[in-house]
Amino acid sequence: MSTIQTSMPPGAAMGEPSAWARLKTNRNFVALWFMLPAAAFLILFLAYPLGLGVWMSFTDEKIGRSGVFVGLENYEWLWDDAIFWLSVFNTLLYTIVASAIKFAIGLYLALLLNRHMPFKAMIRAIVLIPFIVPTVLSAIAFWWIYDAQFSIISWSLIKLGLISQNINFLGDTSWARASVIIANIWRGVPFVAITLLAGLQTVSPSLYEAATLDGATSWQRFRYITYPLLTPIIAVVMTFSVLFTFTDFQLIWALTRGGPVNATHLMATLSYQRGIISGRLGEGAAIATAMIPFLMAAIAISWFGMQRRKWQQGSDQ
Amino acid sequence: MTDTAALQSKTPSNATATAAKLAAGDDSEGMSYLESLPRRLITLYLPLGIILLVLLFPFYWMGLTSIKPDEQLIDMEKYNPFWVVHPTFKHISKLLFETQYPRWLWNTMYVAVGATTLSIFASVLAAYAIVRLRFKGADTVGVLIFFAYLVPPSILFIPLASVIQAYGLFDSPLSLILVYPTLLIPFSTWLLMGYFKTIPFELEECALIDGASRWQILVKIVVPLAVPGLISAFIFSFTLCWNEFIYALTFLQSTPNKTVPVAIVNEFVDGDIYKWGSLMAGALVGSLPLVILYAFFVEHYVSAMTGAVKE
Repeated sequence: MSTIQTSMPPGAAMGEPSAWARLKTNRNFVALWFMLPAAAFLILFLAYPLGLGVWMSFTDEKIGRSGVFVGLENYEWLWDDAIFWLSVFNTLLYTIVASAIKFAIGLYLALLLNRHMPFKAMIRAIVLIPFIVPTVLSAIAFWWIYDAQFSIISWSLIKLGLISQNINFLGDTSWARASVIIANIWRGVPFVAITLLAGLQTVSPSLYEAATLDGATSWQRFRYITYPLLTPIIAVVMTFSVLFTFTDFQLIWALTRGGPVNATHLMATLSYQRGIISGRLGEGAAIATAMIPFLMAAIAISWFGMQRRKWQQGSDQ
Repeated sequence: MTDTAALQSKTPSNATATAAKLAAGDDSEGMSYLESLPRRLITLYLPLGIILLVLLFPFYWMGLTSIKPDEQLIDMEKYNPFWVVHPTFKHISKLLFETQYPRWLWNTMYVAVGATTLSIFASVLAAYAIVRLRFKGADTVGVLIFFAYLVPPSILFIPLASVIQAYGLFDSPLSLILVYPTLLIPFSTWLLMGYFKTIPFELEECALIDGASRWQILVKIVVPLAVPGLISAFIFSFTLCWNEFIYALTFLQSTPNKTVPVAIVNEFVDGDIYKWGSLMAGALVGSLPLVILYAFFVEHYVSAMTGAVKE
């Protein structure tokens, strides 16, 4: 994109402008003022706390008492802490299972929504509602659906004769894990589906027509047209999905608060419990900081995936 | 979309080469208008119906529970739980008149509007500077802002709590108004950058020749042309604010200052077996403003969500 020449060349016919007039039209000077509000927010409340968090993880700071530097003590403590490793395992399980299923159902739903049908616009609008409603409020609805005594799922299954007594959805460790993952999938599928749908709509229908004329089956059309053209957007959507699932807090906090016996504690919830509720800010910050390498790995994988993709496409031409 | 164009140029030759093959086997699947109704029923309407049912059921359940009398809630043998016999507004009126719910709703609204307005203001300026002023290092700043979008609140809430404490903003909704822009600015800036790029810069050149300042160009030319983008950014930011939980949970302590999501989780959980009616009513009333807003601006909302991802 070509840029706009804002300042007059020196020694122009009009004569030398004053220093202030030149400064006023200097792009870098004007841009500094334009960037100032956003930069102030992001530096004061994002970059600085990010650094402070890493620093706090090396101190023994507690609520109401400033800490002293203790080196790697918090991390050594966590290294021997079985609950911390359980939370790492839970987080990975939660992220991998939920993201994979969200992707599969989301892609399937996007393919369904991309077909012609009556009330298309309305159906698409409805699909996104779970994503609009605040997570905590829909989690409360799930809490009631998963209630030990009055669960509608248990009731229906008993009436259908499939089980003989209520399932303790949030009280049993395996059921609790499955329940929070299902609630997360429920909330995440609309996002994946609608963003992938936007990608699908950019694929020209003439490609499918041509492939069909060539005798391609519906699987071949998906595999050799849809999937390659959709790969970049899949990479972006799944990066976001993985990041948000990995750092999830509110769904767990509303449903189980990490219980039963820490079976659903994610790193974020454990960090809150140790840092804010127990007041050991240093230890909480160490758990939060321990999430950073995982996040960076996720971003790096998708980044390099996209680079490789670009390189492949470039080499074709 | 260069690869699409490349593929399109390739296809005609392939089509003619295999036309004979197609003529031989006439059972190949046609395009959607050729599909028979039973087939569409199985491959499209049935799975779509099931998915929609699952996606909407929690809301039905939420709404149903909030108007169910207590005895029907706990007696699932006498009454069919999927329906309500004598609906009551007891839970909703209890929620609105006997709890501080209106206050929490007001807090949420106040924080969401405040934080969104601040963020949009900062984002418009930043996006314009990055896209159009092309200052030194503009690309780097753009990438940094994108990375800021990837920093999750769950690794920031502990240090932010001590920052907020140090500024003396603890337990004040103002703290949220100042902190939420860190979630909203990266997203809105990225979205608005996309919109600003589509505005022809000849318009700006004309204005510059006529002696307009950068500020005048922004206010009188760029912003009016980017109104759809502004609406998208506003709606999406507003929803994000309403949805935010961990900062609000950490920074707000006293009951009257809480936002709806935090209050619902903390204030209603009192072990009362009859809490479910008011709890569901609270969740329903807390969701409605967003759903109504969304119903009016579906297109803007979708373009905000997909626009930010596509870039």
